[in-house]
Amino acid sequence: MAQLKPLAAAVAELVHDGDTVAIEGFSHLVPFAAGHELIRQQRRDLTIVRMVPDVISDQLIGAGCVARLVFSWAGNPGVGSLHRFRDAIERGWPRKLDIEEHTHAGLAARFVAGASGLPFMVLRAYAGTSLIDVTEHVRLIGDPFTGQQVAAIAAINPDVAVIHAQQADRAGNVQLWGIAGVQKEAVLAAGRSLVTVDEIVDELKPVPGGVILPSWVVSMVAHVPGGTYPSYAHGLTTRDDGFYAAWDSIARGRDTFVAWMEEQNLPVAAHA
Amino acid sequence: MRESRLSPRDLIVIVAARRLAGRQTCFAGIGLPSAAAILASYVHAPDLYLVFESGVLGPRPASLPLSVADEVLASTAQTIVSVPEMFAYWLQPGRIDVGALGAAQVDRFGNINTTVIGPYDAPKVRLPGAGGAPEIAAACAETLILVEHGPRTLVGALDFTTTVGHGSGPGSRVALGFRGFGPRAVITDLAVLEPDPGTLELTVTALHAGRSPEDVRARTGWSVRFADDIASIPPPTEEEVATLNRLSRRMAAAGRPRT
Repeated sequence: MAQLKPLAAAVAELVHDGDTVAIEGFSHLVPFAAGHELIRQQRRDLTIVRMVPDVISDQLIGAGCVARLVFSWAGNPGVGSLHRFRDAIERGWPRKLDIEEHTHAGLAARFVAGASGLPFMVLRAYAGTSLIDVTEHVRLIGDPFTGQQVAAIAAINPDVAVIHAQQADRAGNVQLWGIAGVQKEAVLAAGRSLVTVDEIVDELKPVPGGVILPSWVVSMVAHVPGGTYPSYAHGLTTRDDGFYAAWDSIARGRDTFVAWMEEQNLPVAAHA
Repeated sequence: MRESRLSPRDLIVIVAARRLAGRQTCFAGIGLPSAAAILASYVHAPDLYLVFESGVLGPRPASLPLSVADEVLASTAQTIVSVPEMFAYWLQPGRIDVGALGAAQVDRFGNINTTVIGPYDAPKVRLPGAGGAPEIAAACAETLILVEHGPRTLVGALDFTTTVGHGSGPGSRVALGFRGFGPRAVITDLAVLEPDPGTLELTVTALHAGRSPEDVRARTGWSVRFADDIASIPPPTEEEVATLNRLSRRMAAAGRPRT
């Protein structure tokens, strides 16, 4: 059964240095508050698995929390580049960033295999691309029935998954709706999970099309109203498009980035 | 006509939207492609069913989205499915008519790079990466590529093959097990390029008003060929311009470029 805990205590207990951490939310329900708590607690050497690394990933990378990023599209949606991500890859600041990249279908399939307890999934992808040359978790194989070529992609089972949802009840059952990305798969693939929620409700009323994560597959729930800001929670909050646009100039320079992080009490790793 | 106020990107969007007339389904990437697909749904293809990689099926957005997960898509969707379901059930089997894609680099066979400029291990510019493009290009019945015309975007050789178009020419896609035709057209702010029926090499088939073959040659990274008959692309209509302006208002309010 999921435990309800304050965010800081939940992060302290569930996420350790060196862990592989899936942070999911497909440009919706992005768990910003939980990501900021990872930065505050100065987690180091994390492998972050995230299909669409956006501003929260840029902050984690710039703060020096991330050793390796597993992803399928890294950008500031509707705005442009992630400057901290680029600085880490192009110039190794504040530290070298290893990457493993996939297509959306490929990384989604890694989560599905992980959630399903399978060693790999099969999909039509990767053939003919350069991606297959730079990614060790994909192999082209023959369909055992027809011999036709397909791609096999290895499961991923993160140590911990971190997501944000609209609500949970007091027993720790979680509900989210709107664009649900791969949050269900990430939680089911991971060894542990942390869900921040906008609302704790007395009774969880199923929403049509909503995703339910029963309490017994969730490790901890933290009540963090607005915990997805500047992203949004469908039906509850609105995305702050202006902040995403502003992030472009904040993150463009190391100095402006460090100054902004210090203003927010988000520590940035000492660097050369 | 207020054509003079249109940016090169607006021109690409307007011309690409026309190619969606009569199509049933379109899987669009964000930016130029989504703008073209949404514009088409208001002007040329009122029944066009839009699909976005965030899991959004059948939205009717009243403004252009800032991302594939934008509220204007999610709140007007016919339904929303998970990302694994989107790629496995809706895209992979080949049920979508048109995939609309952007690109950082395109080569003469319509292959696309959105990963790196320079060597992979020491890139000069790190780009966002693959996203949904490789599977969109593999599975849709055909693709449209929307790109600003320049020698650094239409290149002789890609730095990285993120997404396969016509591969190395005839037979490539069949050998790779891909379902659709591949790139049907590359729409730029100078011209429209379409694969030669024999060689599949992208060939200029139409020019925007006021553009010459010399303009295109000077801004293309390979020795580009021209079809025997070059069409002249009709200029944007009042309706196209007015509709794009209306759809772009929120974008402007957020301080973003129109498309």
